[in-house]
Amino acid sequence: MLTLEKLEIVLDGFTLNADFTLEQGRNLALIGPSGAGKSTLLNVIAGFLRPRSGRVLWQGEDITDLPPGQRPISMLFQDNNLFPHLTVTQNIGLGIRPDLRLNAAERAYLHDALERVGLAGMAGRKPGQLSGGQQSRVALARVLVQRKPLVLLDEPFSALGPALKHDMLRLVGDLMQEIGGTMLMVSHEPEDAQMIADVTSVVAQGTVTAPKPTAALFENPPKVLRDYLGT
Amino acid sequence: MIRGGPGYAAAALVLLFIFGPLIVVFVRAGGGTLPGPADWAAVRFSITQATLSALFSVILAVPVARALARRQFPGRSLLITLLGAPFILPVIVAVLGLLAVFGRSGVLNSVLIWAGLPPVQIYGLHGVVLAHVFFNLPLATRILLQAWQQIPAERFRLAASLNMTAGQVMRRLELPMLRTTLPGAFIVIFAICLSSFTVALTLGGGPKATTVELAIYQAFRFDFDLGRAAVLAVIQTLLAGIVALVALKYSRGEGFGAGLDRVVRRWDAQSAGLRITDTAVMILTALFLLLPLLLVVINGIAGWAKMPDQVFTALRVSLVISLVSTAVALALALPIALAALRRGWIEVIGLLGIVSSPLVLGTGLFLIVYPFADPARLAFAVTGLVNALTALPFVLRVLIPSLRASEKNFGRLADVLGLTGWARLRFLLLPRARRALGFSAGLAAAFSMGDLGVITLFADPSRATLPLQMYRLMGAFRMEAAAGAGLLLLVFSLGLFWMFDKLGRGDVDA
Amino acid sequence: MKYLAFATGLLAATSAVADIPVLTIYTYDSFVSDWGPGPAVEKAFEETCGCDLQFVGAGDGAALLGRLKLEGARTKADVVLGLDTNLTAAAKETGLFAETTVSADYDLPVDWNDPVFVPYDWGYFAFVQNADLDGPTDFRELADSDLKIVIQDPRSSTPGLGLLMWVKAAYGDDAPAIWEGLSDNIVTVTKGWSEAYGMFLEGEADLVLSYTTSPAYHLIAESDASKTAARFSEGHYMQIEVAGKIAGTDQPELADQFLQFMVTDAFQSVIPTTNWMYPAVTPEAGLPEGFETLIQPEKALMVPSDQAPKVRDAALAEWLEALSK
Repeated sequence: MLTLEKLEIVLDGFTLNADFTLEQGRNLALIGPSGAGKSTLLNVIAGFLRPRSGRVLWQGEDITDLPPGQRPISMLFQDNNLFPHLTVTQNIGLGIRPDLRLNAAERAYLHDALERVGLAGMAGRKPGQLSGGQQSRVALARVLVQRKPLVLLDEPFSALGPALKHDMLRLVGDLMQEIGGTMLMVSHEPEDAQMIADVTSVVAQGTVTAPKPTAALFENPPKVLRDYLGT
Repeated sequence: MIRGGPGYAAAALVLLFIFGPLIVVFVRAGGGTLPGPADWAAVRFSITQATLSALFSVILAVPVARALARRQFPGRSLLITLLGAPFILPVIVAVLGLLAVFGRSGVLNSVLIWAGLPPVQIYGLHGVVLAHVFFNLPLATRILLQAWQQIPAERFRLAASLNMTAGQVMRRLELPMLRTTLPGAFIVIFAICLSSFTVALTLGGGPKATTVELAIYQAFRFDFDLGRAAVLAVIQTLLAGIVALVALKYSRGEGFGAGLDRVVRRWDAQSAGLRITDTAVMILTALFLLLPLLLVVINGIAGWAKMPDQVFTALRVSLVISLVSTAVALALALPIALAALRRGWIEVIGLLGIVSSPLVLGTGLFLIVYPFADPARLAFAVTGLVNALTALPFVLRVLIPSLRASEKNFGRLADVLGLTGWARLRFLLLPRARRALGFSAGLAAAFSMGDLGVITLFADPSRATLPLQMYRLMGAFRMEAAAGAGLLLLVFSLGLFWMFDKLGRGDVDA
Repeated sequence: MKYLAFATGLLAATSAVADIPVLTIYTYDSFVSDWGPGPAVEKAFEETCGCDLQFVGAGDGAALLGRLKLEGARTKADVVLGLDTNLTAAAKETGLFAETTVSADYDLPVDWNDPVFVPYDWGYFAFVQNADLDGPTDFRELADSDLKIVIQDPRSSTPGLGLLMWVKAAYGDDAPAIWEGLSDNIVTVTKGWSEAYGMFLEGEADLVLSYTTSPAYHLIAESDASKTAARFSEGHYMQIEVAGKIAGTDQPELADQFLQFMVTDAFQSVIPTTNWMYPAVTPEAGLPEGFETLIQPEKALMVPSDQAPKVRDAALAEWLEALSK
C-alpha cells in the first residue's frame, strides 16, 4: 500500500499537492496535461526530489528520506533506461545484484526473464545493436528480475509506434500480475490508461486527484479531466 | 552520486604537497621578505605576457576550431593528433624548432630575404607571445572543438531550415557557446604561461622579459633570499588562483576530451568563400605548428646516429617515470573529479600544480626530506609526483565533463538500481569515461616524458631522464646528438599519447 | 605512498655497498654527466683510495652553493667541487669549509694562495665566432658593429655572471655605457650556456658568450677548425674553478687525499677534453694537441674573490638598468 500523506511538492515556483492511498496490486495511471507535474510526482516517490512537506509511506513505513536505491521501487524513464556500454545480460543483472556477482540460480533466473520478454538469443548484445522495442523489453526484463513491489513508469514507451507501445503495455500488465506489485504510470493518452490501469488520477491545476476506477472515471469525467480531454 | 570523501582527501593531499613546502621555506627563511621594484616589474611582465599569450591563443583558436568542426577531409584526425604535439614537446626542443622557422637565419627570414623583403625580428614580447601561442594554440583548439561538438546537430538543422546565414549561426549558436567556453580555456593557458621562464627569457630578448619565475630564481640563487623567493611564489600562485576562480564563475565545465571525430553537417558554411577561408586557416595553422616540428624531426634524423647509449638508458628511466606519473595523476584526478561533481571549485586546487614554482617547491621538499633521507634516493618519487601534479589540471579538465555527462544521462537509472560506490564506478562511470581516461592518461604520460621536471636538489646523477640527458648532451657541445635525443623524445611522447588514446577508444559502444 | 616506500627501498638496495669508506663529493651536473670528467675521475681515484667515491650533482656552481647553504652543518658532503672565484667569498661565509694543506705548482695566470680552496681548472670567458668572421677586438668595437651576440643571464648562468664581471673589471664606472652600447647587439639572453651555444650553432647570432677553450672541442672532437674566439684587447675575465673540504666531514683524510689527487696528472689530464678548460696544473704530457691554436689573452682580468660579491651586485643592477631601457 502506497500512501502519499499531505505531500506538497515545490519545483521552480510551482506547487503540487497529493494526498491519497493506493492499494497494493493496483495499476494507477497519472493523466494530465504536460507540465502539470506527473513526472515530478514520480520523482518524489522514487526519491529524486524531496517534497517540501508531507510523507511518502510504503506499507505504513515512512520512506520519504530513503535514497532511491533503497526504496522498494523499480522505475523506467523516458530514455536512458539501459547502459549502452553494458551487454543485455549485464544490464538485467544489475537489477539482481549491483555488483553483478551472480550465482548459478541468479543466472538461471536472469535467463528465464530474458526468455519471458522474448529476447533469449540476445544475451550478449549491447543496446546499440537492438531495436527500440527490444531495448524496452530488456528494461522490462530488469523490472521483472528486480521484483520490487512498486513499479514507476515515466512514459518509457513514448518513442515507440502505437502497435509496439500497446505490445509493451500488455507485457507490463502481464509482468505486474506476475510480480503482484503496484504500478504508477505517467500517461497523456486515455487509451493507455484504459488499457492497463484499473485506477486513474488526474494531475492538473496543482493537485493530484485521488485514484478512481478508470472505466468509471472516463464514463463520467470530472471537470479537470474534461478540460484536459477537451470534451 | 559517489561520496566526495576520497576526493577531498586527494585534494587535501595536493594542497599539502603544494603549500607544505612553501610554508617550510617561509619557516626556514624566518618570514617573508618584501619583493623589490624589480620583482614587481617581473610580476607585471608575467601578467602582461600571460594575458596576451592566453588571449591570442584562444582568439586564434576560434577560426581553427570552427574550421575543424565544420569540415571533413582526409587526414583530419591525424591532423588533430599532430596539432597536439607542440603541447607535449620539451621546451628547449620546441624553442630551437621555433627559431629554425622564425629565427634570424630561420626559414621565414630566408624566404623574406630571397623575396627581397626586410627580415622579421622574433625577439621581444611578440616573440614570447608567439612561442606561447605555438605551445597553447593546440590546447585552446581542442577545448573549443569539443565545445563546438557539444552543440546538438539538431540546432544546426533548425538553423538551416530557418535559412540562417553563417554570420547568424555564429551569433545565435556559436557565440553563446564561446562565451561559456573561452574563459575556461583562457585561464588554463594563462596559468601555464604565468610561470613560463625559459621561453619568456629566450624569446623576450633580455632582462625586460623577466618573469616571476626568473625573479624567484634570482632571489634564490643570486641573493639566497629564501623569504623573497617564497613571497614571489605565493604571489604567482595567488594570481593564478584568483583568475581561475573568476574564470570558473563565467564558464561551465567544458572539457577537451574524446570524440573529436564527428563532423556536424553544416548548411550555413557551404559558400565558396567560407570554404576557402577555412582551408586557408587550416593550412596556415598546420604550417605554423608543424613546420617547427618538421625541422625538429629533420635535425633529429641528422643527429640520430650520434646518440650515445646513455640516451637509451635515459629513455627507459623516462618511460618508467612517465608511467608512474600517469598512474599517480589518474589516482589523484579520479577522486577529485568525482568530488568536483558536487563542488565544482575543487577543480581550482588541481590548477595550482602548474603555477607553483618548481624551484620553491623543490627547495621546500628538500628541507622537509633532507633531515630524514638522501634526496637522491627520492629523485624518482619526487619527479613522478611533480610531473603528476603538473598534468593534474589537464586530466581534471578532461575527466570532469565526462563524469558529469554520465551522471546527467544515467545517474537516475544508477540511483534506482542502487548502484553506489564501487559498483557505480565500475559499471557506469569508468566504462563511460574510458575515452576521457585514455586521452587524459595519454596527455599525462606525454607531459611527464617531455618535462625536464628535474628538481635539481633531488637529482640522482646515475638515473638521468631523457630530457636531462638531452640537456647534458647540449652542455657537452653535442648539439647534434641532443637533436637526436629530442627526436627520440618527440617520438616517444607522441607514441605514449597515441597508445593511451587508442586504448581509450578500444571497443566502441553506443 | 606505497610506491614511494618501494622506490626508496629499491634505490637503497642498489646503493648499499659493503664496508669501504664513502667519499661524497657535491659538484655541478655537467661534471658528473657521462661526457664530463666525473666518470674518469671516479675510476682513477677509486683505483688508489680503497674507497667509494660518490658524486652528487646539483645544477651549476651557484645552485651547488645554494644547496650547501640549505643543508648547513648537516651536509653529507665531504668535498665540494665546482665553485668559482665569484662564489668563494660567499662559500667561506657559510663557515662550512675547512682549510687545507694541499698545494701544488699551479699553472694559473694569477698567484693562488687561498688557504681553503684548491683550484682544479680555469679558463677565460670569450666570445666564440666562426673563424671566417672579421671579429671585434674589444667591447667598444663590438658595440659599434652590427654583429649580433647571444649572452646568458647572469642571474641564472655562470658565464652570464662572468661577462658581467668582465665588463666591470675592464671598464669600472664606464660599464653601464658599454652595456648600453651592446644592447642593440644582443639578440637575446638565455637561461643557460646550452641554449645560447645551441642558438649560435643554429646561426642565430654571430658570436656567443663562452670560453676561449670552446673552439678546442670542435677542433679535437669534431676535427672542425671553423670556430675561434674573438681576442679582446681589454683582456679576458678569468674563471678559476675550485674545490674545498667540508669542515664537518667524517672522512677528513680521504677528503684531503682527494684534493691532493685533484692536482695530480691522473685528474688534471682528464680536464682539458672533458671539461674543456685549462688544467690548474699542466700534466706532464702537456695540453692535448689543438689547445695551442687557442687565442691567448694579453691580460687576465679578475675581481679578487673577497670583493666579488659587492662588485657583482652593483654590476647586476647596472646591467638590468642598461638593458631594460
